[in-house]
Amino acid sequence: MIVGKRSLIEARDVTRILPGIVPTTLVRDIDLAIFENEFVAITGPSGSGKSSLLYLLGLLDMPTSGEVLINGKATAHMEESERAAIRLSTLGFVFQFHFLLPEFTICENVMLPMRALGQLSRGAMRERAEMLLSSLGLADHLQKRPDQLSGGQRQRVAVARALANDPAVILADEPTGSLDSVSSEQVFKILDDVVHSHGKTVVAVTHDLDLAARMERRVHLVDGSILTDERRALHPLT
Amino acid sequence: MNLVLDIAWTHVRSRSRQTFVAVAGVATGVGFSVMMASLMVGSQEDFMRQLINSLPHITVSDEQRQPNRQPAETLYTTAEIHGLTPEARRKGIKNPLAIVASLESWLPGAVTPSVQSKGILRYASREVAVTITGIDPHRESRVSLLVTQMRQGALTSLFRTSNAIILGDRLAETIGARVGSNITIQSSSGGAINAQVVGTFHSGVRPVDERNAYVLVKTGQILERQTGLVNELRIRVNDAMAARDVARRVEQETGYKSVSWQEAHEDILNTFVLRNVIMYTVVGAILLVASFGTYNIISTITHEKARDIAIMKSLGLGELTVRTIFVIEALIIGAGGALAGFALGYLLCLGLGSIEIKSPFMDSNYLPLIYSPWHYLIAATVALLSSLVAGYAPARKAASLHPVEIIRGAT
Repeated sequence: MIVGKRSLIEARDVTRILPGIVPTTLVRDIDLAIFENEFVAITGPSGSGKSSLLYLLGLLDMPTSGEVLINGKATAHMEESERAAIRLSTLGFVFQFHFLLPEFTICENVMLPMRALGQLSRGAMRERAEMLLSSLGLADHLQKRPDQLSGGQRQRVAVARALANDPAVILADEPTGSLDSVSSEQVFKILDDVVHSHGKTVVAVTHDLDLAARMERRVHLVDGSILTDERRALHPLT
Repeated sequence: MNLVLDIAWTHVRSRSRQTFVAVAGVATGVGFSVMMASLMVGSQEDFMRQLINSLPHITVSDEQRQPNRQPAETLYTTAEIHGLTPEARRKGIKNPLAIVASLESWLPGAVTPSVQSKGILRYASREVAVTITGIDPHRESRVSLLVTQMRQGALTSLFRTSNAIILGDRLAETIGARVGSNITIQSSSGGAINAQVVGTFHSGVRPVDERNAYVLVKTGQILERQTGLVNELRIRVNDAMAARDVARRVEQETGYKSVSWQEAHEDILNTFVLRNVIMYTVVGAILLVASFGTYNIISTITHEKARDIAIMKSLGLGELTVRTIFVIEALIIGAGGALAGFALGYLLCLGLGSIEIKSPFMDSNYLPLIYSPWHYLIAATVALLSSLVAGYAPARKAASLHPVEIIRGAT
């Protein structure tokens, strides 16, 4: 528990088993709380359940047992539409591959979550999308389509899209995994800025231990279980 | 534009070639449906119009539907009697003028008395069995379109000579008679006269033009060898489609057999029903085949767009929204196909309507086509419904995709 901070996402005794002839356990007995304004790295060897845990925390997947709470609210018995609404308003996703819609311009891609939420006028959405893209150094590319950008630029667009609805938490699955070192550094700095300048929480799955070492908190998984949960001494722990 | 519409429109627009093929499939279905309906209904209505116009809507004859009971049958109800000959009755409708007056008091149309004879028409060694109707030329225009169907002479020409006759044009052609020819008529009742052809008519219905002739009532009575005879009342009603009901009431009131044009041509009308069933089956099949194209493209799009669907769902778009996107895509194809089909159907009708056809069975040299907005509306509705059904299954499948499985597969 961190003094003065509330947990945004909480996993309580979460286990996820993939059914099949031979059932596969993805994560087992996970207890984890993600607090506001944290930069959390989830690390671990390949197949350790990093991405699976992230999908469970992001309500993209449902635990076989245990439950995930968002802002203290249990989600186990929610309808899919309720979980979708939480994803839309509270969570932002960045994946290893940008996953932008290829037929839309990057500005339209960033506007997509805002349009789905439908709280802003069309003009305000466009203004916010342009502001986000400009802040990520993409002001000159607003009307380009994803295939006209480099990998690093596309991933920055994906970050802008994740920030579109001003979510409390950004969940990033290997955000630098497909980028060269220069682009990786750019994306890392953006995510770092999201935490320290915008007060958001970022949970990033990464296999890059150097990158993880620069984050404040590192959750290390082995065989689907949390082996260590370390914090750099930036916050007073109780 | 609404987000759902925007994504749907972008999907179909970005696959322009596939979309074009699917739209062309629906358009072909709609276009040919419109053309077929136009041709089938056009020919049917043309035929019905000719049929209705060529004859009175209702014919009251001096017969009864059920033969009169024999006096012996009435007297000895318990006995079984064999070999009785039906009672001989004097031909004709009793008190025809009183019946006509009674009918005219309520009938929504007009009625005229006439005399009908069956007989043989002889001219230049040719003999043809015909139906000869004795009419009053002054009243005839109230019950038939004969006055407008005259090709040579006029109805009033019947007054020109003592035994004047007007022949169907095909009948005149068959026996080689022309206006002014003197022909011999021998009726089945034994009456025989020499008559002069004073005109010809053309109704457009082959059996009528080949087998019918008109004389004055007085001449008809001579042929039937019975002065003052009226054996037929001919009725034209204001609404031809109501003829069956009116005929039923006339029969109840007069007691005489009253046959509407629908009853007289029941076999033809039944054929039309069968024809329409065939037409709608073929049209339905065409549109069904077209809907397979729609199913195909929506399935392809959902398959290709699985990753986008996963992303949209991970961003927070619900299943209903995703399903709606693909259903709208199907509807866009259906609507595009319907609009293009309208144009195609109209052009096909124009094209067909301009082709000159020489047919011994038709008067017109052009195919009878009908331009009805209903044909377009029905074809479009079926096209949209089949597109909706074709799009729903893949849309439902797409919406139920689990985003994690696709994201895992892509990474």
